[in-house]
Amino acid sequence: MAGPTIDALGQFSLTTGLGSLGRAVNFTNSNEAMLGAAVVIVAVFALGLKSRALVPGRAQSLVEMLYEFVHNMCVDTIGEEGLRFFPLVFTIFSFILLGNLIGLFPYFFAFTSHIAVTLALALFVFVFSTGVGFYTHGFKFLKFFVPEGVPAWLLPLLVPIEIISYLSRPVSLSVRLFANMTAGHVMWEVFAGFMLLLTASLGVLGAFASVVPLSLNVALAALELLVAGLQAYVFAILTCLYLHDAVHMH
Amino acid sequence: MSEGRKKAAFEERLKAAEDAAAGPKREAAEGDASSARRAIELAMRLGVEMVAAMVIAVVIGWGLDKLFHTSPWLMILMVPVGMVAGLRNLLRASGGKSGG
Repeated sequence: MAGPTIDALGQFSLTTGLGSLGRAVNFTNSNEAMLGAAVVIVAVFALGLKSRALVPGRAQSLVEMLYEFVHNMCVDTIGEEGLRFFPLVFTIFSFILLGNLIGLFPYFFAFTSHIAVTLALALFVFVFSTGVGFYTHGFKFLKFFVPEGVPAWLLPLLVPIEIISYLSRPVSLSVRLFANMTAGHVMWEVFAGFMLLLTASLGVLGAFASVVPLSLNVALAALELLVAGLQAYVFAILTCLYLHDAVHMH
Repeated sequence: MSEGRKKAAFEERLKAAEDAAAGPKREAAEGDASSARRAIELAMRLGVEMVAAMVIAVVIGWGLDKLFHTSPWLMILMVPVGMVAGLRNLLRASGGKSGG
């Protein structure tokens, strides 16, 4: 059948960014969005902190709220010594948050909708927190995999379970972010495709009927905004949790 | 001098506003918001936690099978282990006794 079709996954395909220079070095639109996210964060912070007023204005309030939010998250989850990891957690949080938010705009690319990106972030967190564990506790960190207070004959069964549970962390961390972002964008695309299909097949009646998918899309936009913030929050708080496990071992 | 007076007046007004806003109603609202946030956070986490352990277990079993040419027995052996690890993840995520 000729006419509009629903191409739900085409929006995730990588093209090159930054013109011919980008083409020469394989700089993709995903990289472009990452660079954009980083630039936006730095710009917002530079602008917000320019005046350094005692009573903050709008931009400064935003920056201070973000800072304090992550600061409290670090202290509450990891503990007082968690402030050592504050820069890392803050970077991860703001990068993912901005990536999710930028991806919500039409014609912008959501780089968190690629598992390659989220898995790289999650593996970094995983390797880093394991490294912190071994750095603080030495080889005693391996005791993390031996549950306390169980009879010795159960250990051959329980230790593999603990190890698998530990190894599944980067998978769940990356899949959660990737799946949520991809699902939201696919749903948007599908409902928008319904509008085109309705109009193409039913004419004027279809154009009126496409108010239904349109309103669904508007509602989805609100939901996606929530998910974008929440997924960044969940990723950051799980990073804190894993670091807590590495520092305190329980 | 006027700077200091302004600041004192500001502190006074801030305190008055904080007192007016405080109270059981505000605390209840804040408690609701934080418990709702925690609930949504959990809902986002739980499903994936379970599947992830399963996937890792099956992948490890499959890899060991390839290594030792015992296909498919180690993979089958790892499936129940993965299930239990998934449940362990759930308990941990929902803040069970041994969670942490």
